Amino acid sequence: MPILEVNHIEKHFGETRVLEDISFNLEQGQALAIIGSSGSGKTTLLRCLNFLETPDSGTIAVNGNVIFDAADPSTQRESEVRKKRLHFGLVFQSFNLFPQYTALKNVTLAKELLSQERPDFKQNKKQILEGIEAEGLELLNKMGLSQRAHHYPKQLSGGQQQRVAIARALALHPDILCFDEPTSALDPELTGEVLKVIRSLAEQKTTMIIVTHEMAFARDVADEVIFMDRGIIVEQGNARQVIEYPTQERTRQFLARYGEG
Amino acid sequence: MIEFFQSSVTQTVLTALNKGFVVTLELFFVTLIGALPLGLVIAFGSMNRWAPLARLTRWVLFRRGQEPGRMARMLIAFRPISLVTRFLVWIVRGTPLILQIIALFYVPGLVLEGGNPWPRGEVGRMAAVCVAFIINYAFYFSEIYRGGIQGVPAGQSEAGLVLGMTKGQIFFKVTLLQMVKRIVPPMSNEIITLVKDTSLARAIALQEVIWAAESFMKGNQGISGLWWPLMFTAVYYLAFSAIVTMVLGRLEKKLDYFQV
Repeated sequence: MPILEVNHIEKHFGETRVLEDISFNLEQGQALAIIGSSGSGKTTLLRCLNFLETPDSGTIAVNGNVIFDAADPSTQRESEVRKKRLHFGLVFQSFNLFPQYTALKNVTLAKELLSQERPDFKQNKKQILEGIEAEGLELLNKMGLSQRAHHYPKQLSGGQQQRVAIARALALHPDILCFDEPTSALDPELTGEVLKVIRSLAEQKTTMIIVTHEMAFARDVADEVIFMDRGIIVEQGNARQVIEYPTQERTRQFLARYGEG
Repeated sequence: MIEFFQSSVTQTVLTALNKGFVVTLELFFVTLIGALPLGLVIAFGSMNRWAPLARLTRWVLFRRGQEPGRMARMLIAFRPISLVTRFLVWIVRGTPLILQIIALFYVPGLVLEGGNPWPRGEVGRMAAVCVAFIINYAFYFSEIYRGGIQGVPAGQSEAGLVLGMTKGQIFFKVTLLQMVKRIVPPMSNEIITLVKDTSLARAIALQEVIWAAESFMKGNQGISGLWWPLMFTAVYYLAFSAIVTMVLGRLEKKLDYFQV
């Protein structure tokens, strides 16, 4: 059974149709790259998965459970949406770190707040918080940032900030980790360190959806790729296959422009 | 110089000015204590998105299978709380504070059946002036708050949302401090202005420092025709605004460790 099933998602902004009949599946442990030019709906699709936008129609199922059905308002209740969001993690193009907290606190804050809802929080408060902090440090260590745990975002480079953001998303153990053009806001010489981290996550079989303009990276790291254009999926399949031997004319034009990264 | 400060006239004047300046300070602090929280309430009022007709309009459109026209869009966007608040912001910011003070102090006594509702004498003047200042400054502060709240990038709340935070947690743990940092500079400006605006209370003869100084021109305790006391009030204002600037500067520095 696929970990994620997206069926017939549609989204309009006013008169403009941004997503049209988007359907795809994602298997546990796979990395899916979504490519396409600006305005093709890639980011909106990720935002729909994370409940930052509400699709006008369609369904989203995680592990076989329908967590969103546009036709069923009971799947869209605010209180439940909050929990459902935790199936997904999202790494933003512009990092969106919390500037007033250190790297470590950025990673641990959400988990600390969630742990307050645990019935045993009052009794084991100290233990729980220490556990969260230890895990946060461990994650930063994995990102190669153990020396930066107590730095504030403004003291970090863009690449470091994005790696903190990845650690922050991983801290909640999402089923599916989404990246929205994670290197687009970075200087070219800083993209490498972020791509390296994502690559190692792929090697560890983290289930991921990566919206990216880095074609070579998508080809090498992703298992599957989706090419989107004007809100529809033009072509999807094995990443290497689609990027090296596209079958659709539009995909070919797009890839020619990007020169295969 | 020493003789000047030791003369009995100078002593009398300075004592009176000090007493007047205490009234100035009272007005300053009462205004801050009242207007800072009230401004936040007004800010939330002007940002309120309650649209009572939106649902009904959308439902009617849906039943009729129509696309929204101009009228429907207006009905959907009709937000009465925000509208009323913004109207009041316009009134309060668009008229002089001195006019608001005079209106608030004299007009009730002229139009109300029971006569002047304010307590007699200095207490009544102080009460009226405080109300006028709190209202006026709360509306100015509300616009600063609004700018501060809306200035925090949407990505901050979105980051909180995808991490499973509640709206309350996002406000208190993420947005609030960033908002405070954003509003400190414009707030400092407004508070320095308040230091000097307190002198407008002179318009209804509240016995603050300007009133006290002027009394020695007209005649007070056997002293008249003195013009220097009025000029000397500048020293009080300068000293006080220096202190306020320093305190607010420290606050700004304290928030320097992060960038918004």
